[in-house]
Amino acid sequence: MAEAATATKGHAEGETRRDFIYLAAMGMSAVGAAAVAWPFISFMNPSADVLALSTTEVDLKPVLEGMAITVTWRGKPVFVRRRTKAEVDTAAAVKLTDLPDPETDAARVKKPEWLVLVGVCTHLGCVPLGQKTADPRGDYGGWFCPCHGSHYDTSGRIRKGPAPNNLAVPPYAFLDDTTIRIG
Amino acid sequence: MRRLISAALLLLAFGTAAEAAESTKPPAQHWSFSGMFGTFDRAAQQRGFQVYKEVCAACHAVNLLSYRHLRGIGYQEDDVKAIAAQAKVMDGPNDAGEMFERAGRPSDKFARPFPNENAARSANNGAYPVDLSLVVKARVGGANYIYALLTGYGTAPADVKIADGMSYNAYFPGRQIAMPPPLNADGVTYQDATKATIEQQARDVTTFLAWAAEPELEARKQMGLKVLLFLIVLTGILYAAKRKVWAGIH
Amino acid sequence: MAAPAFNNALVRWIDHRLPVFSFMHHELHEYPTPKNLSYWWNFGSLAGIVLVLMILTGVFLAMHYTPHTAFAFESVERIMRDVNYGWLVRYMHMNGGSAFFIIIYIHIFRGLYYGSYKAPRELLWILGVVILLLMMATAFMGYVLPWGQMSFWGATVITNLFSAIPLIGDSVVTWLWGGFSVDNPTLNRFFALHYLLPFAIVGAVVLHLVALHRFGSSNPLGIDVKGPQDSIPFHPYYTAKDAFGLGIFLILFAGVVFFAPNLFGEPDNYIPANPLVTPPHIVPEWYFLPYYAILRAIPDKLLGVIAMFGSILVLFIVPWLDTARVRSAKFRPTFRKFFWVLVVDCFVLGYVGANPPEGWFVIVGQVATFYYFFHFLILLPVLGLIERPLPLPQSISAPVLKPAEGKA
Repeated sequence: MAEAATATKGHAEGETRRDFIYLAAMGMSAVGAAAVAWPFISFMNPSADVLALSTTEVDLKPVLEGMAITVTWRGKPVFVRRRTKAEVDTAAAVKLTDLPDPETDAARVKKPEWLVLVGVCTHLGCVPLGQKTADPRGDYGGWFCPCHGSHYDTSGRIRKGPAPNNLAVPPYAFLDDTTIRIG
Repeated sequence: MRRLISAALLLLAFGTAAEAAESTKPPAQHWSFSGMFGTFDRAAQQRGFQVYKEVCAACHAVNLLSYRHLRGIGYQEDDVKAIAAQAKVMDGPNDAGEMFERAGRPSDKFARPFPNENAARSANNGAYPVDLSLVVKARVGGANYIYALLTGYGTAPADVKIADGMSYNAYFPGRQIAMPPPLNADGVTYQDATKATIEQQARDVTTFLAWAAEPELEARKQMGLKVLLFLIVLTGILYAAKRKVWAGIH
Repeated sequence: MAAPAFNNALVRWIDHRLPVFSFMHHELHEYPTPKNLSYWWNFGSLAGIVLVLMILTGVFLAMHYTPHTAFAFESVERIMRDVNYGWLVRYMHMNGGSAFFIIIYIHIFRGLYYGSYKAPRELLWILGVVILLLMMATAFMGYVLPWGQMSFWGATVITNLFSAIPLIGDSVVTWLWGGFSVDNPTLNRFFALHYLLPFAIVGAVVLHLVALHRFGSSNPLGIDVKGPQDSIPFHPYYTAKDAFGLGIFLILFAGVVFFAPNLFGEPDNYIPANPLVTPPHIVPEWYFLPYYAILRAIPDKLLGVIAMFGSILVLFIVPWLDTARVRSAKFRPTFRKFFWVLVVDCFVLGYVGANPPEGWFVIVGQVATFYYFFHFLILLPVLGLIERPLPLPQSISAPVLKPAEGKA
C-alpha cells in the first residue's frame, strides 16, 4: 500500500504541472463525448415523417353560426368556432387594460366570424370546456378549463384563473371561403 | 421413431440443404456510390426514378418511400409537390364515413400498384412482384446483382427447359424468372437527352434503388470521414499520453 | 484503510456521508494491479464500455421501435430513414452486438491461454460464463426484433431446439411462443426480455468485478503478486492504457458503422418476415455459428441440442478440468500448442456452421466437434498431470531467468 500511496502523491504533484499531452487527451475526449451526445438528443426530436404531417385541412361548410368543431392538428385539438355577432361584439368591446395578456380581438382572427384556436390551456395543457353547447363556458362566455379553473372569453383570451396567456392561434390560411388549412 | 428424429433434424437444419440454385455470379460494376468517398450521381438517380415510375411502378411498390423523400435526390419542394400530385391516394373516411381519392401530397407514401399481395399475385400469374424499397440491401451482391438481373435476359441454352410464362435469366437463382424482360431500348425518353439503352436504364434505376435502400449513405460516409479523422488524432494523443504515464515503469 | 484526503470541501462533505469517492479512489487509484499486463488485458474494460454503448443505443432505439408483427419491420426502417440520426444509432447497436462478441471471445480465450480461471478465481470465471450465456440470450432475442426473414426463421429454429426435451418439449415450445407459431406474443415477450436482460448482465458484471477485485487481475506470467514492487495502481497506468485501446477499438468500430454497416448482417433480414416461406439458406448470426455447427454435427435431435448447450456449459467446469498447477500457457509448451489447435478448431466450427451440412462439411464438422469436447474433457485434465512446465520466474519484477535455468 505504501507504494500505491507514493504513486498517488506523485500523480497529484504531476497534476499541478499538467502536461500538454494530458490536457489534449482529456480535452479531446471531452469534445468527443459531447459530440456523441448530439445525435442522441436530436434522435428524440420530431422525425422527418412527423414534421411532414403538420398540416390539416378543415371544411367549414357544415359549421353553423354559434357552433364549434374540434379538429386535430399535430396531435392537439384545434377549436374552430363560428361566432355570433354578439360574441364578436363582446370580444371587440373589451378594454385591453382588463386583460392579463393584452391582445385585440382583431389581431386574433382572419375573419371575425371564425375563431381558430389551439385548444390547449396555457396553464398546464388541459383541454378547456366550451365546445359543446352543454359545456360550461366560464364567466366570460368563451371556454372554461376544469383542471385549475381558467376562464377564457369569446376571443379565447385569458380573463381569470392561473393560465398566463391567451389560447394560442395556430398558423392557418383560408384556401377559399369555406376551407382553411391549419399549419 | 428414427425417421421422426431425422425428419426433425432436417427441419432443424432448416432447409440449408435446399437446392443449390445455380446462377451466374453477377460481375462487379463501378458505382459512383461505392467506396469511402462515394456519393450518388444525382442525374442518374433522377433518370432512375423516371425508369422506376414509368416501368417498374406498374407492378413493383416502394412502400418505404414517401414523395417527400425525393428531396434527397435533388428535387425541389415544388417538384416534389407536382410529382406527388400526379398520384391518386386513398384517404378517409370523410364526414360521411366514406373513403375517397385525392391527389397525393409530399407526406404520402408512394402509391402502390396493387392494394395487397393477393391482388398483385392474381394480376401476375401467381408471382409476387417484390417491394423494391430495400431490394438492393436485401440481395446478395446488392447493386451488382440488380444490374446483372436487369440486363441478364437472353435465350435459354438448349439444356435449360423454361416453363410457360417464365423467362431465362442467367443471374436469377434457378435461372428462370417470372418477370418478363422489363426494359426496352428507348422504353423511356430521358429529359437530359441521355440515350436510353437497356444498360443505361438498368444502371440508372439501380442507382435509384440503391438510394431507396440506403438514403442515409451520403450523410453516413461524410460523417464517417470526420469521425475517423477525429478518432485517429485522438488515439494518437492517447497513445502519447499512455507512453508518458508509463515512462517510469520497467 | 484510511479515507484519502480530498482537496475539494464538497467532495469531503459528501464522502463523509456517502463514501463513493473513497470507494472509487480505492478501486481505481489504489487498486494494485500487476505491472506486466499485456494488451490482451484490455478487453475486459472494453467489453464494459461496449455494454454501456449497447444499453444506451438500445434504450434510445426502443423509443422509436414498435414491437408488433405488423409494424416492427417498418418501425425499424422508419428509424433508418426518418428519425434524426436513427441510422447511426441503429447501426451502432447492430454492429455493437458483433463487437461485443468479438471482444468477449478474445477475453475468454485470453483467460483460457493464461489460466485466468484457476484458483482462487474460479467464481470470477464462472460469472464470466454466466455473462456469456446472458449475452447469447439477449443477442438472440434482439435479432428477432427487426422482424425480417432471418429474425423470424432464426426465432423459429432456436425455439424449436427446446422441442428436443423429452415428453414436455412441445409444451415448452408452445409456452415460449405464447401461441402455435412464432407470432406477435413471441415478438412482444422477446422485446420485453431483450430490454430486461442487459440489466441482468450489468448485475453479473458488477459481481464479476467484485470477484476480480478480491484477488486482482491475473497476469501473463500467471504468478501471484509477491509485493508492492510487482504492482502499480490501476489509475493512471491502466486507465491510460485502456483509453488507448479504446481509441483503437473506436477507429475499427467507426470504420464498420460508417463504411460497412451490414458487414456482419444478412441480406435476407431486409426482407420482412414471411411465415410461409423459409429463405433457402438460413444461418444464425456469426457469433452463434460454432454452436450451430456442433448442433448439426450430431445426427440426433436431442443429443445435438445437448451437445450444443454442453459446449458452453463445459466452460463452467474448466477450473476443475484443468489439473495443471501452473497458470500461464507461457510455461506450458505442449498445452500452448493445443490451445492454438482449439482456436483454429473454433474457427473451423464457425466456417462449417456457415455452410450447408453437405458433403465434407459434415465430416469436418464432426471432427471439429469431437476435438472441441476432447480438448476440454480429456486434454485439459490429462495434460495438466503429464506435462512438465517450464520453471517459473521468481516474481513479476524478476521474470528474466538465467539461460541455464530456462533450458532445464
